[in-house]
Amino acid sequence: MKVAYYPGCSLEGIAREYGESLEAVARILGIELEELADWTCCGAASAHATDDMLALALPARNLKTADKTGLDLVIPCAACYSRLKHADKALRSGEKIEGVDDGYKGEFNVKHLVDFIWEKVGEKAILAKVKKSLGGLKAVCYYGCLITRPQKITGASDPDNPESMDNILKALGVEVKDWSYKTDCCGAEHVLTMPEVAWKMIQKLYDMAEEAGAEAIAVACPMCHSNLDTHQPEVSAQVGKQYSVPIFYFTELMGLAFGDPEANKWFARHFVDPGPLLREKGLL
Amino acid sequence: MTLAKVPEKIIPQPSLRRKIEELSGQKIAACFQCEKCTNGCPVTFAMDIVPHRLMHMLQLGLLDEALRSDTIWVCASCETCTTRCPNDIDIAHVMDTLRQLSQKEGIKTAQKNAPIFHSAFLSSLRRHGRVHEPEMAVEYTLRSGGLMGLRKQAGTGMAMFKRGKIKLLPPRVRAGRQVKNIFNKVKKSRP
Repeated sequence: MKVAYYPGCSLEGIAREYGESLEAVARILGIELEELADWTCCGAASAHATDDMLALALPARNLKTADKTGLDLVIPCAACYSRLKHADKALRSGEKIEGVDDGYKGEFNVKHLVDFIWEKVGEKAILAKVKKSLGGLKAVCYYGCLITRPQKITGASDPDNPESMDNILKALGVEVKDWSYKTDCCGAEHVLTMPEVAWKMIQKLYDMAEEAGAEAIAVACPMCHSNLDTHQPEVSAQVGKQYSVPIFYFTELMGLAFGDPEANKWFARHFVDPGPLLREKGLL
Repeated sequence: MTLAKVPEKIIPQPSLRRKIEELSGQKIAACFQCEKCTNGCPVTFAMDIVPHRLMHMLQLGLLDEALRSDTIWVCASCETCTTRCPNDIDIAHVMDTLRQLSQKEGIKTAQKNAPIFHSAFLSSLRRHGRVHEPEMAVEYTLRSGGLMGLRKQAGTGMAMFKRGKIKLLPPRVRAGRQVKNIFNKVKKSRP
């Protein structure tokens, strides 16, 4: 299976282990990722806070390239996914966007990676590659805001209760806990602009994951991972409670279950070392 | 810390409501104050004016007060309000419209950091075609917190570097020129 792939800026930086693990997983599953030629930034939150046309034109430039490939476009970052999906929707409805000529064919789908893997690759293909079941690992799946919202744009069947990541992790053997905070907000860039506000939002996620009986949180977005993984000392200091919750990209858990020898390198990039938990479960 | 003062006596100004309706493309008059936006919002604890009240203020034409609020910057664009509004108002987009207007008109706000962040993000994007995270973070930190701020963040920066999360050289993209063109044209077409 061949798809077009839009990594987004974070996968070259703060989310390097997401890029590394998803490429390993794709290789194992036989998915050929064709990186979108000369892709550029989607503009993320800053473009839509600044100018409506900028917020459409920046992602649309990439859609123009994707349109020529005719391949489904897979995006691992929730924010990039949201911006490209907004622009795709606008182009399909005939809206005029700066820099895009008429004749957008749109003969391809824009998919977030987690939905793509569950819907297009599927349970059977995943199960066939599992070498080591992750039984005994208790985790919650955290999707964040933009994989499912707004429903008009994403087409999510239930924006409050997505299940693709839950299903993937269950196939790996993970004991997935149910919780009501799957699509709550991690605070996004507030972690820089108003950190005390973001830390409160992040703390709620740790507490609710713990209440659900989880020992770890799985994510599918660079921003969610960075916010949840990097700031545990600050959150702990703000509330006077010690947090040390391993945060995994769902692709890292897939790679671990598939027996990829590189998994250790991905985990070494985390701020909270997942080593102790994984060793305790006999998974590392 | 709010700079938004809501007057005691209000004379509704429908023209200002219509201005925001036009800019956002959203029918603000359709809001019937069910409070679903406020009840679902994860950041009301840090807001000076909760979302349904902000919508009511816009209906009355209290545009200056809305633009001075913390709320438009505290909103994290999580899109919960937009998803749940029974009257199909894209409230998160109305927040965007207010942020855009606030930046264009240079409105004084107590929330100074957010506009600095957006400007640092977009200037890195404009320069390289992609965002160079360390460059963006340094520009933001310097402009928002000065050298002291930069010193405070140095530890996190080093920790990121040790984990291989910082690329020292900026990305090189051939389409950089096209991205600059987008910025130039968008700027020109603004009223």
